[in-house]
Amino acid sequence: MDSQGLKPRLATIWLGGCSGCHMSFLDMDERLIDLALRVDLCSSPLVDVKEFPNVDVTLVEGAVANEAHVHELEIVRARSRIVVAFGDCAVTGNVTAMRNAFGVEDVLTRAYRSTSAVVVGVPDGADGMVPRLLPRVRPLHELVKVDYFLQGCPPSADEIYTFLNELLEGRTPTIRRFG
Amino acid sequence: MTGRIEINPITRVEGHAKVTIDLDERGEVARARFHVLEFRGFEKLCEGRPFHEMPGIMARVCGICPVSHILASSKAGDRLLGIEVPPAAVLQRRLANYGQVLQSHALSFFHLSSPDLLLGMDADPRTRNLFGLVAQDPDFARRGIRLRQFGQRIIELVGGSRIHPSWSVPGGVARVLSSSACDELKGWLAEAYATVDIALTRLKQILDRHTEEVEHLGSFPSLFLGMVDDEGRLAYYDGRIRIVDAEGNVVADRLDPGRYAKYLDEASESWSFMKHAFYKPMGYPVGAYRVGPLARLNVATTAGTQRADRELREFKQRSSGAVCASFHYHLARLIEMLHAVEKIEELLDEPELKSHEIRAKAQLNRRQGIGAAEAPRGTLFHHYEVDDDGLIVRANLLIATLQNNAAINRAVEQAAKRFVRADGLQEGMLNRVEAAIRCFDPCLSCSTHALGQMPLSIEILDAAGTVVDRLARPDQV
Ligand code: SF4
Repeated sequence: MDSQGLKPRLATIWLGGCSGCHMSFLDMDERLIDLALRVDLCSSPLVDVKEFPNVDVTLVEGAVANEAHVHELEIVRARSRIVVAFGDCAVTGNVTAMRNAFGVEDVLTRAYRSTSAVVVGVPDGADGMVPRLLPRVRPLHELVKVDYFLQGCPPSADEIYTFLNELLEGRTPTIRRFG
Repeated sequence: MTGRIEINPITRVEGHAKVTIDLDERGEVARARFHVLEFRGFEKLCEGRPFHEMPGIMARVCGICPVSHILASSKAGDRLLGIEVPPAAVLQRRLANYGQVLQSHALSFFHLSSPDLLLGMDADPRTRNLFGLVAQDPDFARRGIRLRQFGQRIIELVGGSRIHPSWSVPGGVARVLSSSACDELKGWLAEAYATVDIALTRLKQILDRHTEEVEHLGSFPSLFLGMVDDEGRLAYYDGRIRIVDAEGNVVADRLDPGRYAKYLDEASESWSFMKHAFYKPMGYPVGAYRVGPLARLNVATTAGTQRADRELREFKQRSSGAVCASFHYHLARLIEMLHAVEKIEELLDEPELKSHEIRAKAQLNRRQGIGAAEAPRGTLFHHYEVDDDGLIVRANLLIATLQNNAAINRAVEQAAKRFVRADGLQEGMLNRVEAAIRCFDPCLSCSTHALGQMPLSIEILDAAGTVVDRLARPDQV
């Protein structure tokens, strides 16, 4: 815990999703100002903290789609007291997992080899400049223990607020559970 | 010494990316590249799905501008049906599109970039964010949050939900807009005008303090591309493509967006999931062009609304030709917000907007459909081919940010060359490289999409790959 540390520490990250769950987080609108007083947003794509810190709660948007996501998720799990699968991509794989019906090579060929007039290279991860895609997109709970499942594509701002508020008040949020 | 500096991840942009900066023997910046690290493969994963599902699936390309994808997708669907969309549906789609421009630009300006602009490029990275802004200037931050809320509320009332509304469909829209919704939205207008005015005044005031950034965060000649109507006014829902060069000369005009493949193409490189678009007659990479707010203001003759036109005239005086400084994307974005609020006001007074005739129905009549619209970040194309049953056999998306890819790379390199020194590396230097990217408000969700937080470490390697120096962000020390 750092010097600001009396407030509960919240983090958000995105893996393979569309940012929509994060946008729904911002859709809390002016309630964000109230939230800023009550929690410390330690790490998030919205702030410039680049090293994932130890936190109380992390909202994880998106499915696990490439090797970097696996690594990220492991770090998040190790450093968060509570991990929340934030939105349907994290909960089930959702749209991100629709590519599972096809092989990785097919998907890359469709996106790069057969639609570009000029193919200088294909971003398959071979040169280490971009992460390799996993053969199958996976929901979070296939890789790590998930404490809460916040469903919806995206979950509504009201749901997010109610959920966080329950946690902040020290109650166990009662939400729809997956599985 | 040769070496490489890596900035990973780039923060306060939508999606995940990193920058690599290659140094020459003298330790000076030789090259810098912008790498997009995420990929979801929408062009493949939609194969075999009915075209009616496309707006719903394609919305999930991006949670920031889902309405743009829904519109381009529904318009491609309209073409497959070969019908005329009822006027009320067109009005609703236009209204939602302006709501989208407003909310997305507000996000870019207030939530993501104003911490750099108002708190300072060298401000403490721990508080250089929206919440730092809330602490320092609560009224301004609240106004920004509420302006985005207004844009989102338009989408919610028109489309039924703020993100991924299932409302616009091939043939029209699925919901009638109520009078009470229109009345509520009218109630927001005065505050929206006031907020945009305050933001414009603030931004113009700080431009003097940012002359270095204006000159070095991506200022270079290029082509600009955007849609305009037949009178050369800004057009976001339909219009034809105009391309101008750095001198402001019209290079091509009245191009049919439905024939985009005749004049636009893409190139792939192994070091980024984001492709590079180019203007075909000039080839790759010379034919690189810019899209989005700056490009649209450069191609448009006029905005077509009173207040925005006043600003546009002043804007165009910043250069004898096209305005080439990418830093002015910020200013262009604010002028577009003003225009959007004026158009929203205009549309809310259209009696036809609330008509119950909202959807034309037909069987599949064509095998190929292309839909285009101006998304907040630039021109967006969806292109579908279907089989006899209306199942997608081929889809191609030409996404706004991807068309700015070459320009973002140039901006990153220019900023790195100006601000980054390998000896005496400081966080603020790297933040300026990131700020160059933020000018474009890239949407990497769209062009591919996001990876989580990775530790930022900047390692300087020698030619043999040995680490000779390491710098961490303050929060890591
Ligand atoms: S659950 Fe829906 S809104 Fe959230 S990231 Fe996935 S597609 Fe986007």
